[in-house]
Amino acid sequence: MKKYIDTGKKDTRSGFGAGLEELGKTNENVVALCADLIGSLKMDAFKANHPERFFQIGIAEANMIGIAAGMTIGGKIPFTGTFANFSTGRVYDQIRQSVAYSDKNVKICASHAGLTLGEDGATHQILEDIGLMKMLPGMTVINTCDYNQTKAATIAIAKHKGPVYLRFGRPKVANFTPEDQVFEIGKAVQLQEGNDVTIVATGHLVWEALLAAEELHENGISADVINIHSIKPLDDEAIIKSVQKTGCIVTAEEHNHLGGLGESVARVLAQHSPTPQEFIATNDTFGESGTPEQLMEKYGLNASAIVKAAKKAINRK
Amino acid sequence: MPNTQHLEDFVTQVRRDILRQVHKVNSGHPGGSLGCTEFFVALYQEIMNRKEGFDMDGIEEDLFFLSNGHISPVFYSVLARSGYFPVEELNTFRLINTRLQGHPTTHEGLPGIRIASGSLGQGMSVAIGAAETKKLNNDNHLVYSLHGDGELQEGQIWEAAMYASGKKIDNLISTIDYNGQQIDGATDDVLPLGDLKAKFEAFGWDVLEIKEGNNISAIIEGLTEAKNRTGKGKPVCVLLHTVMGNGVDFMMHTHAWHGKAPNDEQLEKGLAQNPETLGDY
Repeated sequence: MKKYIDTGKKDTRSGFGAGLEELGKTNENVVALCADLIGSLKMDAFKANHPERFFQIGIAEANMIGIAAGMTIGGKIPFTGTFANFSTGRVYDQIRQSVAYSDKNVKICASHAGLTLGEDGATHQILEDIGLMKMLPGMTVINTCDYNQTKAATIAIAKHKGPVYLRFGRPKVANFTPEDQVFEIGKAVQLQEGNDVTIVATGHLVWEALLAAEELHENGISADVINIHSIKPLDDEAIIKSVQKTGCIVTAEEHNHLGGLGESVARVLAQHSPTPQEFIATNDTFGESGTPEQLMEKYGLNASAIVKAAKKAINRK
Repeated sequence: MPNTQHLEDFVTQVRRDILRQVHKVNSGHPGGSLGCTEFFVALYQEIMNRKEGFDMDGIEEDLFFLSNGHISPVFYSVLARSGYFPVEELNTFRLINTRLQGHPTTHEGLPGIRIASGSLGQGMSVAIGAAETKKLNNDNHLVYSLHGDGELQEGQIWEAAMYASGKKIDNLISTIDYNGQQIDGATDDVLPLGDLKAKFEAFGWDVLEIKEGNNISAIIEGLTEAKNRTGKGKPVCVLLHTVMGNGVDFMMHTHAWHGKAPNDEQLEKGLAQNPETLGDY
């Protein structure tokens, strides 16, 4: 079993900030827009280094999406930054018409996704954004798992032509993927090789999946663990290959089970390789106030929940 | 005043194109299209500094964004007759597999279109973005946008209006088609717009009015003045007073033809009032 080391807890949003800072130096067409959340999105460095390419929009997210769409005309690559809720639900129609349908090269970068936003509560904790974004034709949807991967993804999406939704979060979490990783959109990352159960996770649940795999290993169960950072396009092949080996699967995400990664995986499997599947996700509910750890525990989004689900999936084979 | 006969002829032909497009498929929006015909002709034939051909980036040329996308018939006609695509293609308006979708879109690759519009209120933001990019590219050309007056009921317009003046987007001329009508009736009855001039001025714009918004000479004069007011630290708003349905007597001064096509008899009547000038498609 491979050993993954947490090199020190860091927030994924800081990975975004670092990636954006890097892009500022390397790609003069990259511009950044923010709706009054520079500090929360960690866009300070880009703003300080490239004030002429930084656009403070104010608390007007609809306008921000429209401006970003317009800025692509003439060759700029706009990165918008605000919370996930205000990046998607609040501006769905603007993204749909001015960005996705118009095929504009806008990168919608969303922090504070899911329950781990914590104490602010359900108004700010969107658990529907992956579904909203993946339904849009032409939209690429990425949910990264740690600081290093978020930084790599931020840099990678600038090279991808077309609209992208990049989802990350607020809390400091384990940083365990390689600093020098090459981020490939649409390519699953195999983290553990196993034969008894497949665990496919995205975002903050990837580290939890690794912890779950360790616990399962101690119980004599070997888990195939896959990090799906790209929910769309989905790496169908990697998922199908894994379940053909293991015969059952657990999907894990910080999102509603309706519309999330789990449903995307279920669609692929139903079509190509019907497989017993358990869902680690929220159960058609809003979130609430609490610490990130309390919320992930209460809503069943952690390693112990994954372990239970894995055992259940194995029993269904 | 320059001789505008060729522009008048152009306008008459575009009116015919509008009526024929919507009649053929028994759908589309003739009222607003007819009301803005003179504006589009003036813009594309006289005012805008355009390059030959079309590329999405539109560097080193003026750009136009139609925010109230439902008046696509006039947009398509003027684009075709300005050389962006074959005039015959107007025959395909709203038909299956057409590039001339009900509302304008980039999705089918129709030259001349740089953004999809139809869901209202979004075009001013897009125009501001394009204007920001022009500034970043040191491109001194202008960005134009057109909005319905009913469209100003959308909140995003005012987000954009606040941004445009606050951030000194002075390479932007946004025109409001001020016809006082929307689908459900007069704007005053649906939701009064209040004093639009005062509103845009309060939002920090330089506002000018074109009282005769269906008079091609008045439009050219007004838009020329609008151009003169760019580059002075403020976005420019043009309140274009138009008559919905202009040029077809039974369609004028009413919201009834906002989204309704003429029948065979009505088409003949409308065409008789606008004799063929540049050649029908």
